[in-house]
Order: sequence, then structure tokens, then C-alpha cells
Amino acid sequence: MAENSNQNTNVVVERLRGWSPNAISEVIEFRGETTIVVPRKVLREVAERCRADKDLQFNLLSDATCVDRYPLEPRFEVNYHLVSIPRRNRLRLQVRLSSDDPTVDSVVTVWPGANWQEREIFDLMGIRFNGHPDLRRILMPEDWEGYPLRKDYPVEGYRDIPSIATRYTRNRP
Amino acid sequence: MSSPSIVGSMIDTATGGSKTMVLNMGPQHPSTHGVLRILLELDGENVVRAIPDMGYLHTGIEKSCEDKTYSQAITLTDRIDYLNPLGNNLAYCLAVEKLLGLEIPKRAQYIRVMMVELQRISSHLVWLGTHAIDLGAMSVFLYCFREREEILKIFEFVAGQRMMTSYIRIGGLALDLPAGWRQRVEKFLKMMPGRIDEYEELLTGNRIWIGRTKDVGYISAEDAVAMSMTGPTLRAAGLTYDNRRVFPYSSYEEFQFDVPTRTDSDCFARYMIRVAEMRESLKIVRQAVDKITPDGPFRTEAAGIIPPDREKMKTEMEALIYHFKIFTEGFSPPPGQAFAAIESPRGELGVFVASDGSPKPLRVHFRGPSFINLQALPKLIEGKLISDVIACIGTIDIVLGEVDR
Repeated sequence: MAENSNQNTNVVVERLRGWSPNAISEVIEFRGETTIVVPRKVLREVAERCRADKDLQFNLLSDATCVDRYPLEPRFEVNYHLVSIPRRNRLRLQVRLSSDDPTVDSVVTVWPGANWQEREIFDLMGIRFNGHPDLRRILMPEDWEGYPLRKDYPVEGYRDIPSIATRYTRNRP
Repeated sequence: MSSPSIVGSMIDTATGGSKTMVLNMGPQHPSTHGVLRILLELDGENVVRAIPDMGYLHTGIEKSCEDKTYSQAITLTDRIDYLNPLGNNLAYCLAVEKLLGLEIPKRAQYIRVMMVELQRISSHLVWLGTHAIDLGAMSVFLYCFREREEILKIFEFVAGQRMMTSYIRIGGLALDLPAGWRQRVEKFLKMMPGRIDEYEELLTGNRIWIGRTKDVGYISAEDAVAMSMTGPTLRAAGLTYDNRRVFPYSSYEEFQFDVPTRTDSDCFARYMIRVAEMRESLKIVRQAVDKITPDGPFRTEAAGIIPPDREKMKTEMEALIYHFKIFTEGFSPPPGQAFAAIESPRGELGVFVASDGSPKPLRVHFRGPSFINLQALPKLIEGKLISDVIACIGTIDIVLGEVDR
């Protein structure tokens, strides 16, 4: 398993570095998983390479998600979990975004299945995806304020809902 | 959730000379399997445009997980895909175990496989019953729920709960199998193949069933992959992508089973795949029952992570301390992130867990196959008849608890 993952990493790193020396800023190996950290500017090109390159063929975007490392900077990590069905491999692409400009290029043009997943990240984390065809909230109501999955958003929410006990006493004569 | 601007844009096209109308299907519609709302723009009986709208069941499970310790979050995972609680437990535990670097005893892995495969059968039974009732075949529903009840009885017997079992825990299982489990599972294995034949007798050759499902809801293999579809929907398009085979977990590589595929990629093909999968699951359960030894560990031993045996706590000081610490503050995995994916009845169920070295997860994310497969719904129904909408929603096999999380 580990050997396989190393081989996979080598191929991906080699292909991407061969295309552009600036395509990879860091490679992380943890528990047999490969994470390739990509600079924000080249994300879409790297994604396109990963999908279209004959030696990589990451044709399935399994999952896109985001981690908030508040109060550390860069605060956000957007992860794309890719699967290559023909080569039976997995890979994680990661982009790091700072809190003052949480925007990144959308990969909907590369994998159309990214559409709702990016909407979900936008809805819950407040990351903006440039070039997304339909960037609306998807799970929360449209007029919701704030981004619930951010670390500075309280678990109980912001709304001041009076407890049942206070409502009961208030209505009594 | 709903967007007034989109409804507005639809109505504008309606008044702009063409003869389309907007139909609001759901959220309280029985065939949407929960609270799914679909905005349909119709030209007569043809669907011009479909916009799914969800979020009515959003309960913020991912946020709640961040406020619990790793072990406490297991009870929340049950409630995501409520037809597959054991599968959710397994995916979450695999991700945390990967983060911790834990090895699970073989016996516990086989028990996990057995339980998850029984769960797959029960989930497919609910799918078959509700899909059939949507399309007008009332009796199949009753038969399917009769057999599902037998599986739920096994779950109750083993885990103490029919549905929200929380049976699979980090490091192994909550409890060992109770005495007499083998007879119960054997009895079920004996009964089930004949029952699947009965369903097939009712449906496979049925002219109405074929008329409602054949050549309905076609999607090409390329489109299915591009839309990130997984599970029976992808396999009906001809791709043998099954996590149990491609990225084996929990010792699936030791089991003999086929991955059924078809190439028609319509609702009928997906029905045939799910029925075939039930038979394959029976095969896997059969092998698992034979592999499970009467005695052996049901969870691993890891000081400070897995609760120690009751007996040890009475004699060993460390065991008592660990027990206290695990239940008061939890355990702290090393900083890092892990992604574990299993093949749920609906497709690839992935769990992403990120740790910052504290006893509570930094981030837990569930890649729900229902959510992502539902994305392809407009592709399946646009340009088709409104009656096909019902068949297509059913064929994706969505669980709204997982779509909205």
C-alpha cells in the first residue's frame, strides 16, 4: 500500500514539476495518503493536468472540502480528493487561502461534479470560487448571515432565541 | 435553499411568449423520499428545466462533530444516512483509525463486514420497496419491509438498537456478538435467496415495471464520471468502480464476490444491479459468518485510546486512570488529516477527518453519495416526461438526511 502510494506520488510530482517548476509548493505524506499543496494561481491548470494527463487520469472528483485553521494563517485549506478509476489511485490537492482574500478558481470546468461541492463550501465556509456558474447558498436559507462552519461562528449560532421557560413566564399575567 | 430569483427567472420565460409553467414539486411530496424540493419548468408534460432545492433537513452535523470528542461523534454519524447507520459508523471509524494508525483485529473486521453487508441488504430493500410503491407496485413494498424487519431484529439482538446502532466503535466494536447470533444469521441467510426470487418474479418480467423503468433516466458513462456519480448508478453505466474491490478496506480483499455491472444505464439497469448486489451481499455475509471465530478479540488494545477491560480496571492502576481519562477528556490523535472511503449502498461514502492534536476533531466532513449523485438529477430528467421524474428520483436512491447533513 505504502509502496504503491509512493510510486503514485513520484509520478504525479514528476509530471507536474515537468510541466511547471512552480506547480507544487509542498508534498505531504501522512498515513499512506498523498497531499499535494498547490499555489492558488495555478490550481485550475494543475487540476486540468491531473485529469487529462495520460499518466495521471484523475477523472473522478470524489470530494471537495475545506478546513478552517483560525486563528492561524493561511487560515483556509481547500482539499480536493481525486480518484483515478483507470489507475486505481487517490490523491489530495490542497490550496491554502488567507482570511483577507478567501477566493480561488473554480474547477467546475474540469470536473462538472464540483458544482454543488463548491457551493457547499461557499455556503458553509465563505470561500468564493471564481468562474463558478451558479454560486448560491445550497444548504442554509438564502438570507442567512455568516458562514456556520467557520471556527469563529459559535456552535449555538448567533440568534437570540428565548428559552421555553422565559417565554412561559413572560406570557403569564 | 430556495431562491426567489430563480423562480422569477422561470416565470419570466413563461410570460415571454412560450407556454411553460413552473411546478413546485415537494418538499412535502411522498415520492421525493423526504424533504426534497424540485422546481420544474414544464412545457406540457415535458420537463424543460429542473432545479433541485434542499437544505430542509440541514442539522449541522459536521459542526456538531467539532464540538464533541472523537468517540462522542459516532452517535451523530448514525443520523446522517439513516438507512445505513452501520456504514456511516464504519467510514468514520476507519478515518479516525487511519489518523491514529490503529490495527484492528481480524475477527472484529469480519464482524464489521458482516454487519455492514446486512445493512446493505436492508437499505436496498427499503429502496426497492419505496421505488416500487412510487411506480405503483404496492405489494413489493410490504414484502421488502417484512424481510427488512428480520435484519433489524438481528441488529437489535447484536447491538441493542434497531436503527441507530452506534455498534462500530473506534478500535473495533462496542460489544462482542451475543450467544446465539450464528443461528439467527444462518436462518436469515437460508430464507433470503428465495425472497429475492419472489421480488424478481413480481418485477423483473412485469410489463408495467419494464415500461416505467426501461430506457428511462439514461446517463452516459462519461457524464456519470464527470458528475462524480458513484455506486450502483455508475456501475449501471458500465464502470466497475466499487471501493470494496478497488480500494479494499476492513479485509474485503479476502472475500469472494462479483461487482455487478450493466451497460444500459437506465432505471431498469440500476434495479437489476441492486438486486444482484443483494445476492452478492448474501455471499459475503455467508463467508463472514464462516470466518468469525467463536472466541477472540472484538476490539484492539491501545492504551489511552480504547477503554480497557472491566476486569483490568479492578486490578491495574493504569487501566483505571486510562478509563477515567478516555471518558472525561478523550484521546488526542497526532495532527494531520485522513480520508477514508467505503462503498455504502448508495456509492462512495467518504469521511475526512482533520486533527490539530486536541481531543476534539478540527474538522469532520462527510462526502455523502446521495448529495453528489443527486446533482445529476437534472441531467436525467430534462427533456423527459414528468412521470419519469418520479422514477429518476427513486433510481438515484437518495436519503435526505445525507443530502442535507
